[in-house]
Order: sequence, then structure tokens, then C-alpha cells
Amino acid sequence: MGEPILLIDGLTRRFGGVVAVSSVTLSVKKGEIVGLIGPNGAGKTTLVNLITGFVPKTAGRVVFEGADITQLASHQIARRGVARTFQIVQPFSEMTVLENVMAGALFAGQRSSIKNAVDRARYYLEFVGLDRFAQFPAADLSLANRKRLELAKSLAMEPRLLFLDEVNAGLNSGELKHALELIHKIAETGVTIVMIEHLLRFVVSVVHRLVVLHHGAMLSDGAPADVLQDPAVIKAYLGTKFAQRHKAELESQRLKYQEQVQQSS
Amino acid sequence: MIAQYVANGLLIGSLYACLAVGFSLIYGVLNIINVLHGTFVVLGAYVTIYCAQLLGISPLISALVGCAVMFVFGYLVQRLLINEVVAAPVFISFTLIFGLDLLVNNAMIQGFTATPRSLLVDYGSISLFGLSLSVARLGAMALALVLTGALYWLLRHSQMGRAIIAVRMDRHAAALLGIRVPRVYAITFGIGALMAAAAGGALALVYPITPLLSGVFLGKSFVICVLGGLGIVPGALVGGLALGMLESFGTIVFGSQWSTTVGFVLMLLVLVLRPTGLAGRKGYE
Amino acid sequence: MPRRTTELLRGGALIVVATAVVLFGFGANNYQLQAGTTLAMAVVLCLAWNIVGGYMGYPSFGTAAFFGLGAYAGGIAQTYGLPMGLAWAAAALVGAVFAIVLGAILLRLRGHYFAIGTIAVVEVMREIANNWDALTGGAIGLSLPILAGSPRFAGIFFYLAMWALALLALLLTVAVARSKFGFGLRCIRQNEDAASMVGVDVFKFKVAAFVTSGIVIALAGAIYASMVGFIEPKDAFNILLSIEVPVMVMLGAAGTVLGPVIGAIVYVVLRELVWVNFINFHSAILGVIIVAVIYFIPKGLLREFSLTRWRKWTAPPAPAGQG
Repeated sequence: MGEPILLIDGLTRRFGGVVAVSSVTLSVKKGEIVGLIGPNGAGKTTLVNLITGFVPKTAGRVVFEGADITQLASHQIARRGVARTFQIVQPFSEMTVLENVMAGALFAGQRSSIKNAVDRARYYLEFVGLDRFAQFPAADLSLANRKRLELAKSLAMEPRLLFLDEVNAGLNSGELKHALELIHKIAETGVTIVMIEHLLRFVVSVVHRLVVLHHGAMLSDGAPADVLQDPAVIKAYLGTKFAQRHKAELESQRLKYQEQVQQSS
Repeated sequence: MIAQYVANGLLIGSLYACLAVGFSLIYGVLNIINVLHGTFVVLGAYVTIYCAQLLGISPLISALVGCAVMFVFGYLVQRLLINEVVAAPVFISFTLIFGLDLLVNNAMIQGFTATPRSLLVDYGSISLFGLSLSVARLGAMALALVLTGALYWLLRHSQMGRAIIAVRMDRHAAALLGIRVPRVYAITFGIGALMAAAAGGALALVYPITPLLSGVFLGKSFVICVLGGLGIVPGALVGGLALGMLESFGTIVFGSQWSTTVGFVLMLLVLVLRPTGLAGRKGYE
Repeated sequence: MPRRTTELLRGGALIVVATAVVLFGFGANNYQLQAGTTLAMAVVLCLAWNIVGGYMGYPSFGTAAFFGLGAYAGGIAQTYGLPMGLAWAAAALVGAVFAIVLGAILLRLRGHYFAIGTIAVVEVMREIANNWDALTGGAIGLSLPILAGSPRFAGIFFYLAMWALALLALLLTVAVARSKFGFGLRCIRQNEDAASMVGVDVFKFKVAAFVTSGIVIALAGAIYASMVGFIEPKDAFNILLSIEVPVMVMLGAAGTVLGPVIGAIVYVVLRELVWVNFINFHSAILGVIIVAVIYFIPKGLLREFSLTRWRKWTAPPAPAGQG
């Protein structure tokens, strides 16, 4: 972890009378795993939409790998190495699973030919564990598998910065375990990850840093243990009882997981 | 002088508002482009003319008969044929209704021939503010405005009207609330056909009508709806008056042969630059 | 069957068909030549429309606009003395420029609005052709210089020209279908936002598709104009053409390579057989065909009766548990 890979400065999104994101300033170091949390409607997804060019910015700057990408279109940003998953997964429903991942490889992934894209797509399907579904219509997949497909598609783009938007919503505990392993696997390849999450136990066990958004503004930013004890965060999001009850538990969970990671490496 | 052009613009504009409001209603609620609209106008006009001239019924009652007949026709067409494609992509629904229009229009030409017919009545003109206004045109304008106003009242204050607006806002939520959406669709389509017939009747007082004009009426309805914007009645009113004025003044500037083109060009401009229409977002009725 | 063999077979089939078409041209009588040319033109228009309407999924009703534009561009060029070949090239160029300009304006619209926009363009073009007497001859029409040589020679010449364009359109379609470009168009059709997020330059692709389609349609118009020797606004910019072409493609199967070809053939044959006997009801019959296609064959003949569909019906179902 070293250089900042992403710098956001005063990023704001206003439409109608609503301020969805209010002057957020943040930096993410290369190789970090950052958790982006906050109550519903806090502006987490909007922030990601702003950074990836999906939605126009009212104010602010975004610098990725040293280059100002504020004015770039979403496909240009994608080609530079920024990928994201969507919360409500909508694959290319008329295509097969393989073709969906090929889309990522062909365009942002800059594979020059269809054949190269097929090879790359097969690799990433195997990476996420969907290789036996390659020829299936994407529309036939279960929810958990659709999320994995979305992930494979993003990975095929060979991004250096990956935004995961609630990849774990709707998964049962077995599926969650797999998801956790997958995220670690991705981080090991050197990709910087920013994940929007609701499941605090999950997030805390995997991230280096937590950023809390509330009403579009940044509320807190730091190591998980510190953020979760921040009184402002407790007041706005966690609630005192939760913080007290789970402080010890979260801490021990995190330590336990880090031990496991150390043992297996 | 200018005032005469303004008056002409208003007179024809009111007719245009009535012409377009049925089309706008169907687009707003069912989200389909009713390519049959122009044909409905002509058909409604023909029923009115038939009643008035061959059966000797008074023009006003004939117009109401025309409206009633077209309502039933519209209801059946929607229920039996169009309901299948209501949720389909625009290409499918548009082409299907175009196909139906070809059928009905061809049948009309064969049945009624293309000879123009009209209900031209000469009640003379009156002089108002130094302008000469034909009474028939004033009557047509009044009829058009009254019916359009009645539709607005119906949409806001009757139970069926509110159901229609609910479906327009969110058809799934409306269904969850117990509103029978296919029935609302059919009634709305029927009302759209009814308003087309009303417009046909009013237009017949002023112009000769032939099945070959159905395309022209449809085209004008498109233009009016795009110009006027998303509200059903306010959109049609603003758009209708705007087109009426445009054509009235356009004749001086461009010559009458360009007036349709100018309408379409303006429509394209609005589509691209200000898709919500000249009136902006103006509510759901 | 190994890929290489299917490719060779397909290539072989194409050569056989092409040869048959050419031989037919030399042996046919005048009526057959004309019918064959009409069929070729339908195939061209369908293949071209298919790129924007089939692969990309944008419901264009603008076919008549490009067709008329090509007809008039080629025609006007010829009346100013340009040799036919160059006039056709000029028409293609005009078609391309028009597609870029129009595309930049209209392709921002989606669904209904795009459809209405394309219709409006056809209407406006027709009115311009009608009223700009000095350039287009107005409503009276424009006469083109006639090709030197016997009527039979002309018949065969235009027959071959139109079929050559059809072959070009087919090869273009195959190239698009197999390329990154075609893949991108299919992504755009299914989900424009997702396509953009995956790195597709959506705007560039849309305009490129529009231009490809527009050039081919304009060329067809130019050849048509030279062939009939006389064009007028209401025939060159006929909205019915804008409706028939999508229906033909839908009949065959939109978004495939052979669908437009099959649709064109079935429709034109039907039209020639049924229509001529019922001239007065010709638009009503088109109406019935449209309704029938949409109700009974909405996915197109190629898909409703395809071999893979049969295999899917008879195959065992996909595994239920996806752990």
C-alpha cells in the first residue's frame, strides 16, 4: 500500500432540491480495501456513480492514478481501469454467461479480438467459480450467481480500482463465506477495492479502512475499530446499544480472521 | 392585420387541442402511439355527417352519436387487439397499430370513397373587435373547448378519471391497489377514440373531410403532443394553440405549403432540445 | 460439425446462390428481371435496417428518408452530368454525411421519441423535396438520363447492380455480426448503461451503425432512381417503405444474418402473388400481414422454426440447484 490511486476533492451532486452527495473529500491508497458504509440514502451509490462518470457532477474533482478524470465519460473511465458492480444486477439478458464476461474483456479490458476475449472471459469465470455455467443464458442464473457474474464481468475489465456495490445483499451465510474468500483473492492480485456494504460484521473482517457517509457528507474516515467507536457514527448509524454490544465481538472477529489469513499465507 | 391572424390561430388552435388530446391521453396512460388516431377522427366525422345528412338528426346530437359509436369501437379494438401488445417495445406496438390503421383506412376508402364530405353550415359571420369571425368556426371552437374541458374535469373529479390518472402514474402500483388495469386501458382508449370523434365532428363543420386526411391529422397530433408536453389536457391545449398560431403566422412568413413542414421541424427541435415540451412538466391530467 | 467445415459449406452455398442469381438474370424475361431486382432491393434495405433496428435495437422508421435522399442525390448528380457510377458514389457520400448529422441529433433519443423523430425526418424531407423546385423539380418530379443501350441490357445491368449491392450488404452484415462492433451493438440493445460501464463508446457505436446502414440504403435509392429514370417526392420518401422494411425483417428474424434475407424473400413473393389480384385492398392486405406477423410470428421465421430451438425443446432441462 503506498501511493494514492484515487483522490476525490469536494465532490458534490445536487439535483432538484436534493443534495445527494455533499462535498466529499477522500483519498484511497493503492492496494487498500476500503469499506463505504452509512444508512440508506446516505449517497454511497451516488458517490460511486459520480466517480465512475455514470452521473454528472455538480462540483468537485476526481483524480485517478494522477490524472484528472472529472470530465471523462463513463466508458473512458472504464477503459482507464475503474470498474464497478451494480447493486441491482442486470446482466445482458439475451447473452450467455460467457458472453457477458466477454463484454468486459472486449471493451474496457481492451482485448483486441473475440477469441482473446473468450479466453480472458473463461479465465475469470473460473476465478469466480462460474465456469460450468458458461453457455447458460445469463437470465437463468440464481441471484448469488448473478452477483458472481457481475463480479467476473468487472474483473475481465482488468481494473486497478474496483467498486463493489452491495455484492452481499441477499446471500446466505454459506454464500457469504465464498464471497469473502473471493474478495480476498481479488485483493491479492493487487486490485484496490472500495466496497459499499450494509453487513458490518462482514465489512469489518475484510477492510483496512472504513468511510462513513451520512446525508451525502462524510462523517468519519479511519481504521474500523476507531470509526465504530466514533460517537458521531454511533449516533447517526450504529446506535449506542449496537456499538457497546458488538464492540468486543467485532474486534475479536477481525483479529480471528487476520490470524487465519496469516496462517494460510 | 395581426389581430386577424391571432384570432385565426386561436380558432384553429382550439380545434387542434381537441384533436390532440385523445392521442395524448392514450400515449400518457397506455404508453403507446395510437397510429389509428387520424383514422378515428375521420371515422367519427363520417358517422356524424352520416347522421346529420342522411338521417336528418341535428348536428349536435349527430356529433354525440359519433362520439358514442367511436367510444365503443375504440374500447373493442383495445380490448381485443391492442391489449396484447400494450407492454411490448414501441416498435412492435407502433407497427401493429399501423397495420390496423392500414386495414381500417383502406376499408373506409373502399366503403366511403375518397370524396371529401363535410358538414359545412353557413351561419354567416359576426364582427367582433373589428375582426370578421365565421360563426361556424366559433361554434366549432366552442364545441372543441367544451369537450376538452369536460375531459379535464372527468380526469380530475370522477372515480374513473382518477383511476386513469393512477394507471398513468404507475400501472403496477395501481394494479396492487385493486384497479383493473386492462379495463382502464380499454376505457381510456375508448375515451381517446371518443375525443377523436369529437374533433372530427368539430372539424367537419369547418373543413371537408376525407380518409386521405387521416395521416395529416395523425401528424398534427404528434406535433401538438411533443410541443405541448407531458400533461394530457394542458399539453394538448398549449401544443394545439401553439400549432394554430404557428400555422396562422407561418402562412405569411413561409407560404402555406411549408406550414406542415415547419410544424414537424419545430417538433424535432423540441424533441431534441426540450423533450418535456413547451409547457414543461405540468402534472398528470 | 467442425467450425472450418461449416464455414466452407456456407461460403460454397453463397457462391452457388450467387451464380444461380446471375444465370437467372441472363435467362429471365423482362417481368422476371424486374421482380428479381425488386427482390434484391428489398434484401438490401432489410439487411441495412437490421444493423440499426435488429442488432442495435433502435426502432428506426427513417429508411424512406435515406432511400429518398440517395435517390435524389444520385438523380440530381446525374442531371448535372455526372456519370452514373460517380453519381452513386456521391449518393453514398451524401448518405454518410446525413447519417452523421442526423445520428448526432436523434440518437440521444430512445424508444418512442427516437421512432417519432425518424418519422418526422421522413415527412420533412418529403416536403422539402416537394417544395424546393429549383433543386429537386418539386412535386412534378425529376427525370434522369436514361442508360444507353437496349431495354434488356438496362434490365440486366440494374438487376446485377442491385444484387451486387445485396451481396455487399450481406457480407457487411456478416462482418458486423462477428466483430467487436456487432458485439457492442448487441450490448447496446440490451442495456445501454451497462454497455457504457463496460467500456463501450456508446455514442460512437450508435453513429457508426447509423452511417453503415444509411450508406447502403442511400445507394439502393440511387440505383433505384437510375433504374426507373423518374422520381417524385411521394414515391422516394414513402412512409410505407419505412414500415414495410422493419416488418419484413421482423418476419424473418431481426438481429440475425439471414433473417432479413428470408423475410424479404417471403414478403416480396407473397406480395407479388397475392397483391396483384387485389389491387384495391393492397394496403389492407399489408395491414393484415403486419397483424399476423406480430401475433403469430413475433420472433421471426428463423427463430420460430430454427434447428437450435428444436434441440432446446427436446433437450433435458438445466440443473435445478445452483449452489
